[in-house]
Amino acid sequence: MSDSRMSNDSRTLLMVLAWAWVGVPFAFGVYELVLKLTQLFAG
Amino acid sequence: MISPARSPFTPAFLDRSRTVAPPGWSRWLIPPAALSVHLAIGQAYAWSVFKPPLESSLGLSGTMSALPFQLGIVMLGLSAAFGGTLVERNGPRWAMFVSMTCFSSGFLLSAFGVAIGQFWLVVLGYGFIGGIGLGIGYISPVSTLIKWFPDRPGMATGIAIMGFGGGALIASPWSAGMLSTFGTDTTGIAQTFLVHGIVYAAFMSVGVLLVRVPPEGWLPQGWTPSRAAAKPLVTTADVSARNAIRTPQFWCLWIVLCLNVTAGIGILEKAAPMIRDFFSGTATPVAVGAAAGFVALLSLANMAGRFVWSSTSDLIGRKNIYRVYLGVGGLLYLTIALAGDSSKPLFIMCTIGILSFYGGGFATVPAYLKDLFGTYQVGAIHGRLLTAWSVAGVLGPLIINAIADAQRAAGRSGPALYTTSLYIMIALLVIGFAANELIRPVAEKFHERVPETPATR
Repeated sequence: MSDSRMSNDSRTLLMVLAWAWVGVPFAFGVYELVLKLTQLFAG
Repeated sequence: MISPARSPFTPAFLDRSRTVAPPGWSRWLIPPAALSVHLAIGQAYAWSVFKPPLESSLGLSGTMSALPFQLGIVMLGLSAAFGGTLVERNGPRWAMFVSMTCFSSGFLLSAFGVAIGQFWLVVLGYGFIGGIGLGIGYISPVSTLIKWFPDRPGMATGIAIMGFGGGALIASPWSAGMLSTFGTDTTGIAQTFLVHGIVYAAFMSVGVLLVRVPPEGWLPQGWTPSRAAAKPLVTTADVSARNAIRTPQFWCLWIVLCLNVTAGIGILEKAAPMIRDFFSGTATPVAVGAAAGFVALLSLANMAGRFVWSSTSDLIGRKNIYRVYLGVGGLLYLTIALAGDSSKPLFIMCTIGILSFYGGGFATVPAYLKDLFGTYQVGAIHGRLLTAWSVAGVLGPLIINAIADAQRAAGRSGPALYTTSLYIMIALLVIGFAANELIRPVAEKFHERVPETPATR
């Protein structure tokens, strides 16, 4: 990852990739949690 | 101010000076860097997934299999308390690298230990070495986030600390799935630990690469420190970590955090049996599956509270939000105690509120420290304050469990098992509320001296 001035496009791409890197696993965790949550209303 | 000198043991790549953001670097890249560390180390709360396979494959008791986790939490508190100054001196990239190295190598050593049937290596690896990774990792992005988001410090640290809660949500199903694939014998557990070590190293390395500190004097566009300082309790002065622990404000906040966490952790730790016990004598008792759903709901409330309430504190002020956590939290406890088993929805709503305040208390405290002590060594001060968490982690479950056991032994059942604990929690929250009221701006004698002549470099 270079410290030099980046173009707008590469900055946007980096932003999307960085948030996806943490967002996708987090969404998986929340999805699994919601699956468990349904048991509260089923029971 | 912080010495720019680099330790001879610190590789140049990790040095603070190499992490200064270039022009155009977006501050919105810092939260994902922080999350890549917090989402990983949050795995600690999913340790229970490994307990039954370790017990059956290595012939351990429940107490023994909990040792790596317990030592890990002790090491979290100790390394955050004693390593905070190093984190401030060497910068966030160094801290994240140390955290990544310790946390992932802890898993690798544990994998080796299980493979050769030596449980003490799991305790050493996951508990001791991994625990250092937890503590350093937990405080690593705090100071940097506050410097990038001086206009919204509560929101910024709320995102990171929400990640610590989210880490267990990811790890729990992931680890369980891997154990069912590799098997629950020693070979399967060793392979699972090995994969964890490698994947977490890769995941956290993105944070190491991405994190940047703002250039000297950087401020968000259109924002000046004087705007924040106009709010009560917010200072523009700086207090060192050494001086901070000499102030009454630090110890008042220590009491506030400790008692707020005690009140929440007691319920969190015993949520499933508690809801079942509470409604056992009603026409609609709670099934095991529904109790598991209740635990999931509380985890969601805990996580959401970290972001929502911490962000709200940027608008209404830190002292006011803690008035809500402690005051409304106490009223919610009182409602549970008075309503007993008369209404399940009311019980669930109250516990959701309490757990959201528990999470909010954790997430808001770095911003409260920043308001009181400035940004100078806020990470190190936060590390020292986390000892309150260690105390509360013992105190909360102890109160709830000991009283419930005593009441059960006395032949009681239903809400009566918990009524005394609930009133104790209310009393603790009232003490915490009073401690919060005592917090005043830090006396000038504790402030760092501002150089009389302008810096020449």
